[in-house]
Formats: sequence, structure tokens, C-alpha cells
Amino acid sequence: MSTQSTRMAARFMVAPSVLVLLVWMIVPLAMTAYFSFRLYRLLSPDRTGWVGFNNYVWFFNSPDFWLALTNTLMLVGGVLVITVVLGILIALLLDQPVKGQGLLRILVIAPFFVMPPVAASIWENLFMHPQNGLFAALARGFGAQPILFLESYPMPSVIGIVAWEWLPFATLIFVTALQSLSSEQLEAAEMDGASAFNRFRYIILPHLTRAITVVILIQTIFLLGIFGEIFTTTQGGPGSASTTLPYMIFKQAIAAKDIGRAAAGGIIAVILANIVAYFLMRGLGRHLDA
Amino acid sequence: MARAASPRRKLITTLAAWTVALIIFFPVLWMILTSFKTEASAVAMPPQFLSADWTLENYVEVWGRSAYPRFFWNSVVIAVGSTLLGLVIAIPAAWAMAFVPGKRTKDLLMWMLSTKMMPAVAVMIPIYLLFLRFGLLDTRIGLVLVLMLMNLPIIIWMLYTYFKEIPAEILEAARMDGASLWNEILYVLTPMAVPGIASTMLLNIILAWNEAFWTITLTTTRAAPLSAFIASFSAPQGLFYAKLSAASAMAILPILILGWFSQKQLVRGLTFGAVK
Repeated sequence: MSTQSTRMAARFMVAPSVLVLLVWMIVPLAMTAYFSFRLYRLLSPDRTGWVGFNNYVWFFNSPDFWLALTNTLMLVGGVLVITVVLGILIALLLDQPVKGQGLLRILVIAPFFVMPPVAASIWENLFMHPQNGLFAALARGFGAQPILFLESYPMPSVIGIVAWEWLPFATLIFVTALQSLSSEQLEAAEMDGASAFNRFRYIILPHLTRAITVVILIQTIFLLGIFGEIFTTTQGGPGSASTTLPYMIFKQAIAAKDIGRAAAGGIIAVILANIVAYFLMRGLGRHLDA
Repeated sequence: MARAASPRRKLITTLAAWTVALIIFFPVLWMILTSFKTEASAVAMPPQFLSADWTLENYVEVWGRSAYPRFFWNSVVIAVGSTLLGLVIAIPAAWAMAFVPGKRTKDLLMWMLSTKMMPAVAVMIPIYLLFLRFGLLDTRIGLVLVLMLMNLPIIIWMLYTYFKEIPAEILEAARMDGASLWNEILYVLTPMAVPGIASTMLLNIILAWNEAFWTITLTTTRAAPLSAFIASFSAPQGLFYAKLSAASAMAILPILILGWFSQKQLVRGLTFGAVK
């Protein structure tokens, strides 16, 4: 029931958002694409020119690239598995009638509000540090050698830190989803003699499908870009052991000052993100009521 | 699904739930405890719980004898500034899409969301060079712009899902009574939209405050917010545990408080309305 004039007004109201997002996407992307075919090193600004696909070839031939790709997928996959499995378990626990629900939730959600550099620095210094960390104290208490978390197991350590940050988000969504589950259905199943496992498998889990999809989709968007945690703890090391694709591109740009190569990496990251996004949007589209 | 449970079962689940919650919260708690210890006590082995030397000195020192207040202020300006600017651009767009939807509104919304999936590293170099050219590097206005653009899709989506819930009949009734478009927005829509706008604002302040890619890459000293400051602070390992903890505690406290207030909106906002 909208008139011609309100339609016109509506277009004008949407226009600024569309315009700034278009500019924000297209201008930098076009520049990155342009640089990715150029020789462009900040340390030798005189030597420039077109180099075709050389920057891309360098990436694909670099063993670091494949390691970074594996690390990126491991980080996303590892954190997703941990947060979804633990998140469901903790949500089931919090959904029980327990004392102090409100305060419990406040404690559980807290890590999500801790900014990445602080989260990383708490774990790096207060827990994982081989001399002064709590884990080292614990190991010595048992007469064992302290584990060199960030030196010997950099990727699992980073995955652990990021999972700690995102576990509250997953838990909160699962708790919200559980609240809409009808208790009659569960009680009926219980009276019919369905075991706890079967009740979970055939009633609770199907009910959570939508929430699980949403958690996976949203977290993937954020996890593909994880940066602050690695920058604060391992700086991608030791060597390149904990370098992800975003961090590798960052190193090419900032440390090596090779704009051409970093730009090629950026375009590769865009292509990768598009592949992931394609599947995400297909899955997410069904669950969003736009 | 609250069900009547036996007292014994309630005791066991309560104990289990509290244990899990305390384990999850423990790192934050330990950091807060460390921030009140002397440096020697903070690194003492075995770790000191109740027997530690307690002091407020770390807070006094971090706040008084360093550039910490500047970083804090930068965080406030950047988080609040980018959110307000985003709201100004997003409110009309979300309003129009919610109440005057066209054939392509859904596609447009999905496209906006897809811009969120563009990896930041892919546009970092051009943004860096453009900032260099226009003198925006290490300025607060530069970061306000970038963080606004980064969060704009989320702001639009959140507002859109809130506006959708305002019954269109009310607007039509106002129109029948002869209210102009401007009066309709000002007197009918705005009062009903305030709660949604407030939660959108809260969530985006949180996201902008905690952002740690652009703040690290685009600032050095003058405009650096707390996230960039803490990321570089942690380099000298093991030297200033208590001070680092005090600086960290003050960096997360405002957001922890805001966050606890906005728990419910958080789920809805970050899932783009798919889970309520």
C-alpha cells in the first residue's frame, strides 16, 4: 500500500548505505586486483611494471602458502568442532533447573566480551608461559616438565584460545534455542521409556539443527579473519608454524613490504572466502527471514 | 523446558553447572586477581591465591604514569563515533527496506551481508595506501570510517529485523489520519524503534571496541585504541604481569558491563535475527 512518492523516498533512504558499501567493496578490491599483477616493492620503488601472474605463481609455489591454508582450515574447523560440541553440552546443563541461573550465564558469556589481544595475552602470559604460567606451575606440581605451548604446539594453542573466546557465543545460542523446545514432548518421550540418549538424539538434536547451522555460519565469517590472537601470541611462528592466510598476507605487506605479492594473496583470500560464502549464503538464506 | 526435578538431581546439576561456569570464567578472574598483586607476587611460584601481596599500585601507575588514558579515550571515540555514524546511515535504509519492501529487497540485504565476508586482508593494502595519501593513517577519524563501514551491514540487518516487528497497520493508521512522512517517522516510528536502535548501538559499540585488525594495522601511537595498545604491550614477556593485567582489566571492564546488559540482543543481533 505504498504510493509512488513513498517508493521514491525509500530509494533515497537506501541509497547512501548501498553507495558507501559499494565504494568500500569495489575501490579497494579493484586496487588490490591491479597491484596483484604488478611488481611493487616498497623497498625498491623504482622497479615497477606488469608481471602477469608471477605474484600468484610465487604464492602457489611457496610451501608457506599451503601450510597457511592448512592452518586456516584447521583453525576454523577445530574451533567449530570444539565450540559446537562443548556448547551443546554446556547449554543442556544450563537449561536444567539450577540455582543462580542469571549469575551463571553472566560468568559463561564473559569471554566473548574480552577483546582478542587481551584474551591472547591472558593465555600467553598468565597460563601458557613456560616459567610463570599457571599451567607450568601445575605441571611442576605433578613433577612434570612444563609444556611449551606456544613454542611446541602453536596451532593447537591458538585454536584453544580462540575456542575459549567463541564457546560463550555458541552456548548462548544453544541455550536460547533450547528454551523454545516444548517440555511436553520430552516428558511424553520419557514416560514412553525413551532413554536420555535417545531423547537427545531424536528430539533435542533435531530441534537444534537450525541453531547449529547458524553457529557454524556466523562463526566461520569471523574465524576466517582471525588475526589479533596470532599477532599477540606467536606472530605466526615459530617459523611459519602458526601462520594463517590472513597473517601470511599481513607479513608479505608489512615485513617483506612486497605489495604485489601481498595483493595476490589478498585476491586468493577473496576467492577462498567466496567459495565458503557461496555455501554459507545458501545455508544461511534458508534460515533468515528476510 | 523447565521440569520438576528431585532436590538431589537439582543439587548435582547446580554443582556441575557452577563448576563449568567457573572454569570458563577463571582466566578473566585470574587476570583480575593478578592486577591487584605486586609484580613479585604476580610471578611467584607456586602461584599465590590468598597469600598474595595485594595492592592498587598497578592501576594508579597504568592510569597515571603512562599514555593509557589516551588509548582509553581513543577507544571510546572510535567505538562510539563509528557506531553513531553507522546508525545515521543505516536507520533510513533499514526503515525503507522494512516498510517499503521492493522486489529486490531480500537480494539487497543478502548482498550487504556478503560484504561482511570479504576478508579484511584483501583490502588492507589499498586502504593503507589511501590513508597514507589522504593523511588518515593513525587518525581517529580514519578508524571511525573504516570500523563504520565494517559494521554497517550488521547495523542495517539488526535494525531491519527490529523494524520488521513494528506492525505496519500502525503506520497506515497514522497515514490515514493525514500524518506526513516526516511526522510519521518522528512521532510514530521513532518511539517504537528506540529499543531496537538502542540494542543495535550497544552491540556495535562492543564489536568496534574489540576490533583488532584495523586498529593494529592502521595506527601507531596517536590514534591507537586499547586493542592496539594491549597487542603491542604483550611483547616484553613476563616483565609486567601485574601492570599488564591492570591495563587489560580496565580495557575489558566497560565492555563486560555493557555486554552483560545486552546478552539477549547479542544472540539476535549476531545471528541476523535467525535465532531469537
